[in-house]
Order: sequence, then structure tokens, then C-alpha cells
Amino acid sequence: MIDLQDVTLTFPDGTSRITAVDHASLHVGAGETVGIIGPSGSGKSSLLAVASTLIAPDSGTVTIDGVVATDLDLAGRAELRRTRVGLVFQQSNLLSSLTAVEQLTVTNELTTDRRRRSARAAARRRALQLLDEVGLAADADKRPAQLSGGQRQRVNVARALMSRPAVLVVDEPTSALDQERGAQIIDLLLRLTAEHGTATILVTHEPRFLPRLTTAHSMVDGRLSEQSDRPGAPGS
Amino acid sequence: MFVAWRDLKAAKGRFALITAVVTLITVLVTFLGGLTGGLVEQNISALTSLDADRIVFSVTDGEPSTYADSAVTEDQASTWARRDGVTAVEPLGISTTRITAGGRQQTVALFGGGPAAGDAATRSGHVALTARTAAALDVQPGDRVHLGDRDLVVDATRGDSWYSHLAVAHVSLGDWQHLAARPGEPAPFASVLAVSARDADYAAADAAAGTSSQGLLTSLTALGSFTSEVGSLLLMVLMLFGISALVVGAFFAVWSIQRRPDVAVLKALGATDRMLTFDALGQAAALLVLGVGAGIAVTAGLGALAGTALPFVLSSVTTLLPGLVMTVLGLAGAGVATRSITHVDPLTALGSNR
Repeated sequence: MIDLQDVTLTFPDGTSRITAVDHASLHVGAGETVGIIGPSGSGKSSLLAVASTLIAPDSGTVTIDGVVATDLDLAGRAELRRTRVGLVFQQSNLLSSLTAVEQLTVTNELTTDRRRRSARAAARRRALQLLDEVGLAADADKRPAQLSGGQRQRVNVARALMSRPAVLVVDEPTSALDQERGAQIIDLLLRLTAEHGTATILVTHEPRFLPRLTTAHSMVDGRLSEQSDRPGAPGS
Repeated sequence: MFVAWRDLKAAKGRFALITAVVTLITVLVTFLGGLTGGLVEQNISALTSLDADRIVFSVTDGEPSTYADSAVTEDQASTWARRDGVTAVEPLGISTTRITAGGRQQTVALFGGGPAAGDAATRSGHVALTARTAAALDVQPGDRVHLGDRDLVVDATRGDSWYSHLAVAHVSLGDWQHLAARPGEPAPFASVLAVSARDADYAAADAAAGTSSQGLLTSLTALGSFTSEVGSLLLMVLMLFGISALVVGAFFAVWSIQRRPDVAVLKALGATDRMLTFDALGQAAALLVLGVGAGIAVTAGLGALAGTALPFVLSSVTTLLPGLVMTVLGLAGAGVATRSITHVDPLTALGSNR
């Protein structure tokens, strides 16, 4: 699970500072998918950056799977990302020289026991299993240039699950896909969240996906508020 | 090295190009090193093979003389021989002369006496030639050759021995004194003294004898052609070392800039600066080892061919050592260039920045 308590993040803006996240609190439990929607510049990406430990907030606490990330230094946060946080990028951000299966096993190379032959073999087995789960078992040895946009995004999702993360942070995964492929990716994320028991934060610009999520929040000017009037949501 | 190896395999053309450049520079450096070694060999091998700790020069107008104009006296040799700690003083005459035999002639550096000169240094009327000089004059041991106003018997032929790009011929000190004498002037005693000593006070000996002495290797600076020639060639080698570091550094600087998005993703996934720097330097090391290795192999081949026509020394000092220096400098250049990796912000992996 992930818990953000009263998080504020500011950035320098000339001689003053601009508030990107303003006293935001958010709790996502295991197996839940929480959506965040908001206009461009509302602070969604900044919130994701804080939730994924890429940046430390000015104030407030971030707790991931029982570890207070805001107490950690840079190396400690990198370690936390390697072991407990899965990141699904907006662009698939695949490394051009690696095959699909290597995009996943590269995360194992970032851990301390990467040199163990057994650890490498286990990582490859898990990578192939995850590629199978996202429907790419037959494309494991293809490079990004040989995959379609939807397939690349599936590899992106599978890579995020490689380290058995407690938290999945997903940044507008459908922005570069057509409607049908976008819906397939959301289906995939919801299924994998349930199957892997991750706490998933999903930033999206498409309201049509919100009814399918556990809860949804809107973000405006850095302030986060729960959406109670999601069209199509149960009870709305 | 996980990503580095795969980058190397995926971008073969790009890495082959930089490897070829490293190979080319290595060939230039090592070939120039081999030529430098060859020229040095032809300049000083007769001096460096002297069995002496110290070379004593005469002093003219308060300035130490060079090998070309030094002229020590018998008194100075006696003064040095009497000093505590001095175990041997060998007068050595050095001059240039022409040897003729059967219509053929060769210009040689004539060494009279001195240590390690063999029997020819003590047997008047004999001369020891290098094998190359003997072949050029078409003479054998026992044949007669003509030097100045004397006929000398070829005593023996030896391996190469060079002084100032001339093959060395050894004669006794007495013969040298006779041959080096100028008309109307007294015969010189010797050019320099080759001194062997243990715990001797060289400064005090110089003061007592009115001479200037230097260690054997330091004394090579008193050979004008050596300092100017080696200085120029070494400067070229040093410049090539600098160019190699710059070229490798520039390549990895551009490569690091191109890799920034990938580095941001890897950092976002939890890679540390240490891991990424190790990966990048490992990549540079692989290229350098491959490029330098290929360059040394080419030089070894060229050197083996050129060795018969050019003064060329093929040894670990002229190949492996410059190769090692190039690798270290290249890595230093790559290290500076890939330092930008540590400044990549993983935040740029988020959003649509890529």
C-alpha cells in the first residue's frame, strides 16, 4: 500500500516558488486502483514524482509498504524504487538496444545479487512469465522498433511488475494509443493490479476510465479532491 | 555492463567507427614509439652499454662540455682514480672517422678504450667492427682495414653498437689517441672518463679534478642530437596521447548526451549513479582495449616488416606501454565525458519529455 499524508511540493520560479502539490493526502490499498484526473499543469505528474520517490516533497510524508520514503536519502529512495515501486511511463521509455525480455531483466541487473547465475535465470523466467501475462510471449526477443505502440506499452507495464512491487505508479499510459488499444491497456492494468495485489495510482486524462477504478480524485492547482460524481460509477 | 554490452551489439557501426579511430591513433603512437626507440638505439646504444656509474666531462669556460667537444686529461683521470669510493676509471676516446677497405668505405664512430670494449681496447693495431660495418666493407676477422694513416687488423665483428647514428668501431686508447690527434697539436688523452664507484663524493671529485660528471643516463643530454631528436619525437607521441584522450572523450560526451533519456529511465527504475558510471566506463574500456589491441597488432606486423629497412624497436616499451597509457588516458577522457550521467534527472522520464 501507499500513503501520502499532507504532501506539499514546490519548485523555484524565478525569485519565488510555485506550489505544484498543495497539502495532498492519498491512500491506496493493496489490489486497489486509484485514478487521478486533472487539466494539464494541475500537478498530476508532480504528485506521481513524489509517490514514486523520484523527488522528495517539501513537507508531508510518503509511506510505501510500511517504509517512510520521506525519511530516506537519494540512495535509499533508489533502493525503494528498485524493490517496491513499479513505474509505468507515459511513453513506453523502452531502451532501444534491449529486447522485450531484456527490458524486464534489466531491472534485475540494478539489484545487488544480479551477478548470481541463479538470480539471472530466475529473473528471465519471471520476465517471460510477465510477458506471457501481457500477451507478448511470442515477442520476447523483439526490439522496441519491431513492436507496435500498444505492444511497447504492454512491455512497459510488464517491466513495472518485474520487481514484485507493492505500489504501481502509472503515468497516462493511454495518451499515445488509440481508443481501443487504450482500453486494452487499462483492462490489463486493472487485471494485473488485482492479480498482483499492487496499490496502483493511475494518472489519466480520459474520464471514461474512471468508473472502473476503486476511487478517483481530481487535481486542480496542486490540490487533490475525491470525485464523488464519476459518470457511470456505481451509485452515481 | 548489462546495457553497455547490448548497446555495443545494437550499434555496431557507431562503435566500430570509434574503435577504428582508436586503432588508428594507437598505430600512430606505437609506430612512432617504435621509430623513436629505433632512433634512440642508433644514437646511444654504445653509451648505455658502458659499464659505468658516472661519465666525467671536461669543463670549458666554466661550462660542462658535451660528448662532442669534451677532452679530459691524464691528470684529471689520476685525480678521479685517487678519490675514495672510486673503483675504476676508464678513459674513453670518442671521435668520427672513415674506415676504408678494398675500395669500400664507411664512416664510423671511433671508440678508443673504455669499459666493455673487449680485446680491441687493449690490443694495439686491432679494430673491432659491428657486423653491419664488416658486411658493408666486406671484411672478415683477420682482414686489414685502413683508418687515417694506419692499417688495423679486424679483431672481431659484433652485434650492433651505435653512437650518434653511426656504427661504432672499437680500438685501443693508444690507437685512438694517435688517430684523433690533429696536425700540430698534442694527442688528446681521452674524451670522457667512465667511472665506476661506490659511495663516492662526486661533487668533491669534480671540484678536485676540474671536471663535470653526470650519471650514465643523465649524461645522454650531453649528446646534442639525442635531446633534439628524442625531444621532438616524444612531443609528437605526447600530442597523440592528448588527441586520443580528446577523441575518446568527445565520442563518449556525444554518446552520453544521446543516452540521457535512457539514463533517466534507468535512474527512475532505481539505478544509481555508480552503476550507470560503471556501465559507461565499462563500455569505454571495452572499446579502448579492442581498439588499442588491434592497433598494437597492426604495429607489430608493420614493425616486423619495417625493422629491416628502418631503425625500429618492437618491444613492450614501444607497444604495450603506450597502449596502456592510451587506455588510461582514454578512460580518463571517457570518465570526464560520462560525468554528465550523474546530472541526469530521473524526473525527465515522467510525462512526455522523452
